[in-house]
Amino acid sequence: MKLHEYQAKQVFADAGIPTPSSTLADTVDDAVAAAEEIGYPVAIKAQVQVGGRGKAGGIKLVDDADEAREAADAILGMDLKGIHVDRVLVEEAVDFVNELYVGVTMDRGEGKPVAMVSTRGGVNIEEVAEEDPDAIVREHVDPSFGMHPYQARRAVYEAGVERDVARDVASVLQTLYTLWDDRDGADAEINPLMVTSDREVVAADAVMNIDEDALFRQPELAEMEDDAAGGDDLEAKADEYGFDYVRLEGNVGIIGNGAGLVMTTLDLVDHYGGEPANFLDIGGGAKAERVTNALDMVFSDENVDSVVFNIFGGITRGDEVARGINEALEGFDEIPKPVVVRLAGTNWEEGMEILNKDLVTVEQTLEDAVQRAVANAEEVDQ
Amino acid sequence: MSVLVDDDTRVVVQGITGGEGKFHAGQMIEYGTNVVAGAVPGKGGQEVHGVPVYDTVDQAAREEDADASVVFVPPAFAADAIFEALDSPVDLAVAITEGIPTQDMARVNKRLSEVDTRLIGPNCPGIITPGEAKLGILPGNIFEAGNVGLVSRSGTLTYQVVSNLTERGIGQTTAIGIGGDPIIGTDFVDSLRLFEDDPDTDAIVMCGEIGGEDEEEAAAFIDDYVDTPVAGFIAGRTAPPGKRMGHAGAIVSGSGSGTAQSKIDALNDAGVSVGDTPEEVADHIESFL
Repeated sequence: MKLHEYQAKQVFADAGIPTPSSTLADTVDDAVAAAEEIGYPVAIKAQVQVGGRGKAGGIKLVDDADEAREAADAILGMDLKGIHVDRVLVEEAVDFVNELYVGVTMDRGEGKPVAMVSTRGGVNIEEVAEEDPDAIVREHVDPSFGMHPYQARRAVYEAGVERDVARDVASVLQTLYTLWDDRDGADAEINPLMVTSDREVVAADAVMNIDEDALFRQPELAEMEDDAAGGDDLEAKADEYGFDYVRLEGNVGIIGNGAGLVMTTLDLVDHYGGEPANFLDIGGGAKAERVTNALDMVFSDENVDSVVFNIFGGITRGDEVARGINEALEGFDEIPKPVVVRLAGTNWEEGMEILNKDLVTVEQTLEDAVQRAVANAEEVDQ
Repeated sequence: MSVLVDDDTRVVVQGITGGEGKFHAGQMIEYGTNVVAGAVPGKGGQEVHGVPVYDTVDQAAREEDADASVVFVPPAFAADAIFEALDSPVDLAVAITEGIPTQDMARVNKRLSEVDTRLIGPNCPGIITPGEAKLGILPGNIFEAGNVGLVSRSGTLTYQVVSNLTERGIGQTTAIGIGGDPIIGTDFVDSLRLFEDDPDTDAIVMCGEIGGEDEEEAAAFIDDYVDTPVAGFIAGRTAPPGKRMGHAGAIVSGSGSGTAQSKIDALNDAGVSVGDTPEEVADHIESFL
């Protein structure tokens, strides 16, 4: 789960990381009032979760009320990379002389947290990581101890941060690590961490991703999750149903159990000349209702011309799946899109007996099921 | 023959009184697994499927001479349950639980480096030596005893590939589901080493997926160390960059390593026969035997 910039800034500020003063606004009048209150110059920043907001016109620096009104009017309501902007953060513009990067994430290869510092802040840090990996200093942390102050200092001095701000930067890095640790962060980043002309450091942006699996013990953060911030309707629906779902460009709808098997089904659709419309994992041990919801999801996608169900039961039972498919399909006078079903594993024989074969096509193997679904999609397409 | 588990393995089930634990303990016993005890705090003295339950893994292992544990404990308490297993006399712990917070697993990972106990999982289907023992949730009926070792990051993909093998009469020594989480215990390299050193494993299947660099590391290890022929499969070729496909680990960073193609290339370079479909993986294995 990714926090919005204004949310992450609040979390960072509460932990003691210096941030510019700012106010959230959802109307032009409120944005202008906020700007007056803060004092010019201010930055007006679209609160949507897409990268490259600045380049796409989602961040504007303004010097007076007229400019503030014009900028807020332009940004509120705009579409940034397909996402509707309904809120802006009005923020004190920082008079900076230097930009740094600090971040904390899990190094999955090492199985350890890693804190990072670079003097190449203010740019796309992923590109820096690729082109000049040595420009980012990495400090691994023993998760059972947490970050020692010397580790933060070591990283900061190693990175070549200017001496007069090094202690402050080290302090920000250590606070960021503690925050990441306490709040079950997946990633926590400040880019840029600005060095002002007064030789102070300020977090000009804030990124915080929370480990979804840990939300049960982060109730405050879980409350910050809002679906109102735009995005894909179908993906929002999938969230509601609790599916792992990704919408894709093609026309063959795919439902299966287990991420690896569903991805394999996608790959086979592609292999046999079709195009996957989505990834939908119903997860382990799904009951009939969940299966019905999955079909509802895929039928709601107007790009879908044909559907393939690929279930290999371990913990999931074939009879439950068959019942769910029947329930979903028996409500229609006419089935909206042809459905191919492949059931294997736990209780597949019971499932085959229950399944209403007037409504679906049954295939025994994964390969046959996928080929049939691809052929069905081609037929509809013609 | 087998790796890690066989019909002598004496198993404790942590969480045996819960829904999942109870059901799968029953399935394991039915399969022939030597389940000797359960461990659930506060439930000591009860019996489940005729198996005695203890309050702690330590007691269960001491009293019943158990040497392996299977963890069916909800995510919020699962890391603690794994710590308990690591700090008990068992030398193998298999964690089935899905959805354990990553930071908990980082702490488990640190502990693993200090103890001799082996961990499989979490978020995995477990491990099976066909005809002898299964520790986990794998559907026993699709497996058959034989001479192919299998290691996989995905449970259902394991079942798919195994069924493609079994349908042709190709059996398995042991299948290890290592799990798809970002931080796991036993990984590809550990599993490949076990199979390479097992005299009864004549061919190996390795099923990977996008995300992380474990498959690339496995490829380097195969190049250096593994003489047994290996067939591979990588799921997620069509996954769009930057999208999360289920597992937290399955994120493609856009370019470079971690993509399906970089994994396939690394495996091909190491002499692994990578199949485009599970059926092709079975073709490769058939040609090795």
